[in-house]
Amino acid sequence: MNTNTRSIGEQELHAFADGRLDAARRAAVETWLAEHPDMRQTVAEWRIQGEQLHHAFDPVLDEAVPARLTEAAKPASRLPPLRMAAAIAWLAVGGVVGYAVRSSVPAAPQPSASLARQAALAHAVFSPEVRHPVEVGAAEETHLVAWLSKRLGAELKPPRLSAQGFDLVGGRLLPGEAGPVAQFMYQDARGQRLTLYVRRDTQDSGETAFRYTRENGIGVFYWLDGRFGYALSGEMEKADLLRIATAVYQQLNP
Amino acid sequence: MASITPGALPGSRLVTMNRNTIVAEIPRLRRYARALTGDVVRADDLVQDTLERALGKWALWRPGNLRAWLFSIMHNLFVSQARSPRVVDYPGDEALPELPARGNQGDALELRDFARSLARLPEEQREVLLLVGLEDLSYEDAAKVLSVPIGTVMSRLSRGRERLRALLAGNEPAEMHLKAVK
Repeated sequence: MNTNTRSIGEQELHAFADGRLDAARRAAVETWLAEHPDMRQTVAEWRIQGEQLHHAFDPVLDEAVPARLTEAAKPASRLPPLRMAAAIAWLAVGGVVGYAVRSSVPAAPQPSASLARQAALAHAVFSPEVRHPVEVGAAEETHLVAWLSKRLGAELKPPRLSAQGFDLVGGRLLPGEAGPVAQFMYQDARGQRLTLYVRRDTQDSGETAFRYTRENGIGVFYWLDGRFGYALSGEMEKADLLRIATAVYQQLNP
Repeated sequence: MASITPGALPGSRLVTMNRNTIVAEIPRLRRYARALTGDVVRADDLVQDTLERALGKWALWRPGNLRAWLFSIMHNLFVSQARSPRVVDYPGDEALPELPARGNQGDALELRDFARSLARLPEEQREVLLLVGLEDLSYEDAAKVLSVPIGTVMSRLSRGRERLRALLAGNEPAEMHLKAVK
């Protein structure tokens, strides 16, 4: 016992009070304290100090956060590193969630959450782009349609959304989980952007209802239709986005 | 100077920052700042400065311990503010630190005694007590937040706890009287 207890110093007593020792050292300190009632009392008082700290200040955690602080946590302008960090975070979470979903849910014809997440991610990455929002602009629509149709292996046609106030900006090709996906971008007169994400699936899933989700402030309506998965993303109210999603759906299924 | 780096913290690779994760830290930052300053408005000012500084330094941040990084920003701001004369103005006997509302009155009095004693600790000791005792940072992380060697953390912890014990017992250490002279 003496070999274990003789080298107990004050640092170790603090580590003991803070619960930072492994079982063996903890036992050694307890043995030592049993023989040193003065220090046992001191260590007990240190622990009480810690409890009082929590008792005094933990209620702050339950207070409503002042709006000025939430505002201060918002970036003043679009910061590329922030956006990329957010995108990477989503990729990481998406990977984990996607894995969990794959391993637990039996195959059923429903649009997976990963469709919405990937679409929102692509929206977050490209919609703030000023100089290169799309690879091929709307001015070359014939080329755009031919190119994306060829890469996805099916005829694709970007819906017209001018009745909803949105004009086609163009499109780009992106890597998806199981092959290339297409992203069409639209913009209204105020510069607000929408993206339509189109994925080609290997099997026909029939048709599913619209589903809605929000991913980090971006609203997404997504659905499956035959061999395609669609997701419409925008930073706007759900009702407005639904109106546009309905228009998209009707044009795709005339 | 020690800094918070990703490699130092195992299992932290997935903790990647975005606005939501920073917003989620605000309550913790407010609690720490309140305990550090003893003043609601000053504490929230400090939190606001910290958030603004964090966003400004965003490009420098790499995946790692976000909370410790934010605390280190707050520490630097707190220290630079404390060096200006205005701030070494801890509540005297009549001025009581502002605490969150609590139910019963005996409780409230005891908490005030405690908060007042805490406010009388030298800042450097109070910071260590809070980082370790309230925020549950490891001694290593506390050392990084404060940019001091771990031995300094341990000695401040030791002196701070002893002094707080004396203050709570009603034995004000002699050197504290010097500080109270205006």
